[in-house]
Amino acid sequence: MDDLLAARLQMAMSLAFHIIFAVVGIGMPLMMVIAEWRWLRTLDKAYLELARQWAQGTAIFFAVGAVSGTVLSFELGLLWPQFMEWAGPIIGMPFSLEGFAFFTEAIFLGIYLYGWDRVSPRAHIASGVLVAFSGAASGIFVVIANAWMNAPTGFRLVDGKAVDIDPIAAMQSPAAFAQALHMTLAAYAATGFAVAGIHAFLLLRDRRNLFHRRALAIALAVGGVTAILQPFTGDLLAKVVARTQPAKLAALEGQFKTEMGAPLRIGGLPDVEAGTTRYAIEIPGGLSFLAFNDPQATVKGLDAFPRDEWPPVAVVHIAFQVMVAAGFAMMGVALWGGWLAWWGKSPFGSRSFLRALVAAAPLGFIAIEAGWTVTEVGRQPWIIYGVMRTTEAVTPMPGLVVPFLLFTLLYIFLATMVLWLLMRQIAGIRRIVSLENPAEQAR
Amino acid sequence: MNMPSLEVLLAGAVLVALTFYALMGGADYGGGVWNLLASGPRSWAQRELIAKAIGPIWEANHVWLILVIVVLFTCFPVAFSTIATALHIPLTLMLIGIVCRGSAFAFRNHEHREGDLKRRWERVFALASLLTPIWIGVVVGAIASGNLQITGDSFAAVFIHSWLAPFPFAVGLFALVLFAYLAAVYLTLETDDPELREDFRKRALGAAAAVGLMALVVYLLSGTGAPSVKRDLSSSWWTWPLQLATGVMALGAVFSLWTNRFHLARLFAAGQVGLIVWGWALAQFPYLVEPNITIYNAAAPAVVLRLVLIALVAGGALLFPSFYYLLRVFKGGSALRTTAPKLD
Repeated sequence: MDDLLAARLQMAMSLAFHIIFAVVGIGMPLMMVIAEWRWLRTLDKAYLELARQWAQGTAIFFAVGAVSGTVLSFELGLLWPQFMEWAGPIIGMPFSLEGFAFFTEAIFLGIYLYGWDRVSPRAHIASGVLVAFSGAASGIFVVIANAWMNAPTGFRLVDGKAVDIDPIAAMQSPAAFAQALHMTLAAYAATGFAVAGIHAFLLLRDRRNLFHRRALAIALAVGGVTAILQPFTGDLLAKVVARTQPAKLAALEGQFKTEMGAPLRIGGLPDVEAGTTRYAIEIPGGLSFLAFNDPQATVKGLDAFPRDEWPPVAVVHIAFQVMVAAGFAMMGVALWGGWLAWWGKSPFGSRSFLRALVAAAPLGFIAIEAGWTVTEVGRQPWIIYGVMRTTEAVTPMPGLVVPFLLFTLLYIFLATMVLWLLMRQIAGIRRIVSLENPAEQAR
Repeated sequence: MNMPSLEVLLAGAVLVALTFYALMGGADYGGGVWNLLASGPRSWAQRELIAKAIGPIWEANHVWLILVIVVLFTCFPVAFSTIATALHIPLTLMLIGIVCRGSAFAFRNHEHREGDLKRRWERVFALASLLTPIWIGVVVGAIASGNLQITGDSFAAVFIHSWLAPFPFAVGLFALVLFAYLAAVYLTLETDDPELREDFRKRALGAAAAVGLMALVVYLLSGTGAPSVKRDLSSSWWTWPLQLATGVMALGAVFSLWTNRFHLARLFAAGQVGLIVWGWALAQFPYLVEPNITIYNAAAPAVVLRLVLIALVAGGALLFPSFYYLLRVFKGGSALRTTAPKLD
């Protein structure tokens, strides 16, 4: 395997693995805090048990997220030393801030997980709130750094060197706000749907279980609201991509030719040799309208770029379709739940709705993986869009296939273990809370 | 007196973070070592005590390492890229250790029942705690050696020779015994059980002897292993006061352990390890990577340094009170209990 490919695969695999744990670390604390807040307000022990069970699961995800995040911060240098040498000073600022957000998260998660009997209830829930906030902040800072790679700002390029570096301007990349918003909502939507799916599955077997009903209500509130908002933040981000990274937009839409009134393609298979996207449903003027608010606007196709600046079109286009499909499916399920609630019907009463939730459980994570594929593969061949190519950034270290395989095997093993531990924990919950009476459930 | 330059201030920040990592994160590794070496009639209680002591704090302690890396690549990017390139192999092995240790510890804690499974995760945690400090030390030793290079005639010249040598591995073992020493000293304050405390008092004394031995080995090997660090360490004006202070701390720690003054022992041991880290840093100053990357020629533009410094000060103002609270919640109680008169 060629070293550049191995380096890219190792980075992709490390990110794909870490993002799951990072996302859970953002989404779960919010739900834990809501459950604990309900417990303090209602003194219904099912909520306390819920907060504790969720915290136990979160502990594993946070630990694996923390160590796999450490791997990533080193991998920036182990795999892309030239990139870090060049970009470190420019994008170090969000990483420094992320360091402190991560500190806050780790400190107060320690208090949250181990401090149930050591601090007052108020201090305990306040710790949870801090974990939720700092978790979201960590994610936002990292995404800001990534946004800079997509739409770099805050320096001038003179003879291949960055001069007049302005780290604050670098944090205000045109992509920063839309990317951070889209990703933060994605974290809540994905976690909310995954948790809702688990509890819906358990409710299907034990319909009157109050523990799972309460869990489902919280998870659905967090996941549902964000899933409904998500297509709008996605549209916002797509408009930014259209403006700042036209080659990525062309690839993700399968738009080979520059044209006025470009159609929106749903599905389809890009054929790079023929320069066309086949089998797609085309909505005339749709892409021009979505990207530039004008159905007649000109959209740059891949033909506007030299061939060696094209990203891998098929991967990016298909990943984008997967993300959008998953996102709209989640939105649909969320609207269905809202519809049931609107007409005063309990969402827990509908078997088919519960089944849909089970089916939708992995969709948020699939959408996140697909979305990051669009972001990262869609930027190729650049590591810093328009400034530095990925080939220029890679380490001279040969034999990179070895660490790639080592980390892949390690992560497959860890993922299996985490899944197995979670499944066992869930099986354990069924024993603890199969009673219907909430007062007896908690013990 | 002039204000220290931005470069010095930020290198100082890296050093402070590194010192905290050694004193706090290091002791967490040491805890894993004592898990592996748990023995005698109280081996189960020893392992439980270790898990209880590090459970709530290890993740926070771990973040110091992230901070070191982030400040390094932001403020001294050439040093970061050089280290990450030439030391790819030991750094990767270190990372695998970090991942295995953290995950296994979390899995172990998720296990409520005693049994083979819990023991197996503990084994992974303990083994990784033993190996990771060695790789950390190897990296430090290689950086100090002056042998790092990113271009060379062969694969081995660039990616192997700088770290696969006696000196880096001696530093690796030195780091391991230092961390184990810290952990044993700290653990004497984590329990009210006099027998359990005695177990760790003995272990701390044994580790102190090992620290002395490894310090000597590292010093002897440094003549050929890291000549310029050795030169600075033996000829600078600050050498004798520093060596003397370190020695006083070491003797103070041993004396306090001998006479069951555990709070004092913790203070001395932490001071001793902190001074060792600072001694290394002073000997390397102003080099980040011997023999040609200094904090001056590797520094990012002043605007970057200034902003990071502001972020560090502001972040520190949030961080230190939070850390204090964490330690008070989980360590305050036991510390108070051990000073209270015993009723038995």
